[in-house]
Amino acid sequence: MADVILQAKNLVKRFPAGRSGSFVNAVNGVDLTIRRGEVLGMVGESGSGKSTIGRTILRLTNPTEGQISFDGKDITKLADKAVRPLRKDMQMVFQDPWSALNPRMKIGDLIAEPLRIHLNMSRSECRDRTEMLARRVGLSTNFLNRTPSALSGGQLQRVCIARAIATNPKLIVLDEPTSSLDLSVRAGILELLQELRAKTEAGFLFISHDLGTIKLISDRIAVLYLGRIVEEVPKYKLFSEPSHPYSQSLLSAHLPSDPNVPLQRMALQGEIPSPINPPSGCSFHTRCPVAVAECKRIQPLPEKISADHLARCLRLKDGKNIIPRDQK
Amino acid sequence: MSLLSVKDLQTHFIFHDIDNQLREARALNNVNLSLDAGQILGIVGETGAGKSLTAQSICGLLRPPARIVGGSVVFDGRELLTLPEEELNNIRGADIAMVVQNPRSSLDPLTRIGEQLVRIHQTHTSGPLDGSRQKAMEMMQAVGIPDPQRRFTAWPHELSGGMAQRVLIAMALMNEPKLLIADEPTTGLDVTVQAQILDLLKELVARFDMASMIITHDLGIVAHYCDQVAVMFAGEIVEQGTLRDVFLQPAHPYTQQLLASTPERIKLGAETPLGGQPPDLFNLPVGCLSQDRCPLATDICRTSPPMVNLSIDHSARCHFANPNNKTAKSKGKKNG
Repeated sequence: MADVILQAKNLVKRFPAGRSGSFVNAVNGVDLTIRRGEVLGMVGESGSGKSTIGRTILRLTNPTEGQISFDGKDITKLADKAVRPLRKDMQMVFQDPWSALNPRMKIGDLIAEPLRIHLNMSRSECRDRTEMLARRVGLSTNFLNRTPSALSGGQLQRVCIARAIATNPKLIVLDEPTSSLDLSVRAGILELLQELRAKTEAGFLFISHDLGTIKLISDRIAVLYLGRIVEEVPKYKLFSEPSHPYSQSLLSAHLPSDPNVPLQRMALQGEIPSPINPPSGCSFHTRCPVAVAECKRIQPLPEKISADHLARCLRLKDGKNIIPRDQK
Repeated sequence: MSLLSVKDLQTHFIFHDIDNQLREARALNNVNLSLDAGQILGIVGETGAGKSLTAQSICGLLRPPARIVGGSVVFDGRELLTLPEEELNNIRGADIAMVVQNPRSSLDPLTRIGEQLVRIHQTHTSGPLDGSRQKAMEMMQAVGIPDPQRRFTAWPHELSGGMAQRVLIAMALMNEPKLLIADEPTTGLDVTVQAQILDLLKELVARFDMASMIITHDLGIVAHYCDQVAVMFAGEIVEQGTLRDVFLQPAHPYTQQLLASTPERIKLGAETPLGGQPPDLFNLPVGCLSQDRCPLATDICRTSPPMVNLSIDHSARCHFANPNNKTAKSKGKKNG
């Protein structure tokens, strides 16, 4: 398993909610593997725990339970101070580039910051590498002396990506990196990520709520619902044969920009339940069109559909997991 | 005659900057639109293209330094731009209703849901309170709010985002509007909830024979919920027509590029179809506004392109648009 860069086992994250002693169950037992040179896409609605997982595997927040190993090393219980040198190898790109960058710093200094902190580079080495990084992410070197206010959202996101790749990390978590950007700019950023991915050995976790974007960039896709991975599957299979009823309805709610593609009307009723008080049994049973009585009691375990395809659904075994087409 | 007809609408931001220089940003440049009952018009474009400003200009919701400097907005046979504020108030919220993005911030947090619905009805009617309450219940039912009796006394903070958006739609429907403007109605919502809200909007437009204008940057929404499309770029409508004309036979190079940058159509590894920045509204180029990022641009583009009619209801503002050869072929050349 030399090519596994990150492995998380039974990851649980609870946040205390209010004074009543209740908890927000953000992540409820997630197993995750990211390999070198691979993009794992993670898709789910807001509140499904996508970002919390991204932050937890990088130890930006500490897991409540579970185990995280990074590059073969257990980092679950590592002291914050001991995690710090590892940051060189694990980086993150956030959704909102405007708030991710210090507005008073120059772009050149922002890109050089990880180089100074982690690689102890000399001033001139730093300058050369900063210019190289700027060119690599498609940013004019003229911007290096400007502050973030002079750049557009797409350009700022390129700065964030340059910072993330500056130290040649082994793992990059991208948390909705294109959601705040316009279509045309988004296309450019995805293009850049694709290029980086071909050139680096890093593993990527790409978090997004947009199926179109996830489809474009990922190798494997994990579908998240209320803090659990309900289906994990190679990209092409998710779009051709989604197994979990939630994946099916998520796909049917996706609106392709081609008016000739017919919509499959499987829109769900209601909204994602509160993670403070999640439903019993299968957490999707409250909205699931094919749920039966036992879904309310029994929490389904991940079931292998094929070697690389997992889903958590009780109805899989009698083949009743497919939502009938005529149902709205 | 159309229910709504917008002609040569121009909205500028005019103000004195920090050095007391008079500055003028030309945010809307000659916007022309028309809309009939029963139709859903989608307005698409990128950030800053003037989509929301168009809606606000139509409703007279502009605040300084934004100012309408030219054009006309005729709604139901009346010119809105010269109408006194009190008469405009009788139309807004009654005949023209608006649903905006971010539903929670559009509800009064200190007033119960039912009360807010009743209030908007009472503002435009002299009927009894009981009638308004009845109406509010009906509308809550119509937009699919479960248990309206109980929700009537709920506070806005007790509602989820999807429910709050339903309340806003119910509020918009209280006075049976002829025109419903929805400005990014589902942007903050999850896809499964988005599907519910858009299905509802479409159904209500048919049921109440309204006209609707959906403002969005999501081409998928337009492709599946709109009949007509207007594509905006730098405060101008560069192409408009029926959904099928614009999406399947786009004539303007910008429309072609926009459609090619959707996640489904973009081909990674190929050249990025759309690049560059929108033009500076303070300093718009002379001639075609998209000349700096257009792969087809030549010298002729430094003169203002005409709105070319490609068919009876399909037109594009481009020198290269040609009724005989509807799809001006983009060479897909890389541009700065």
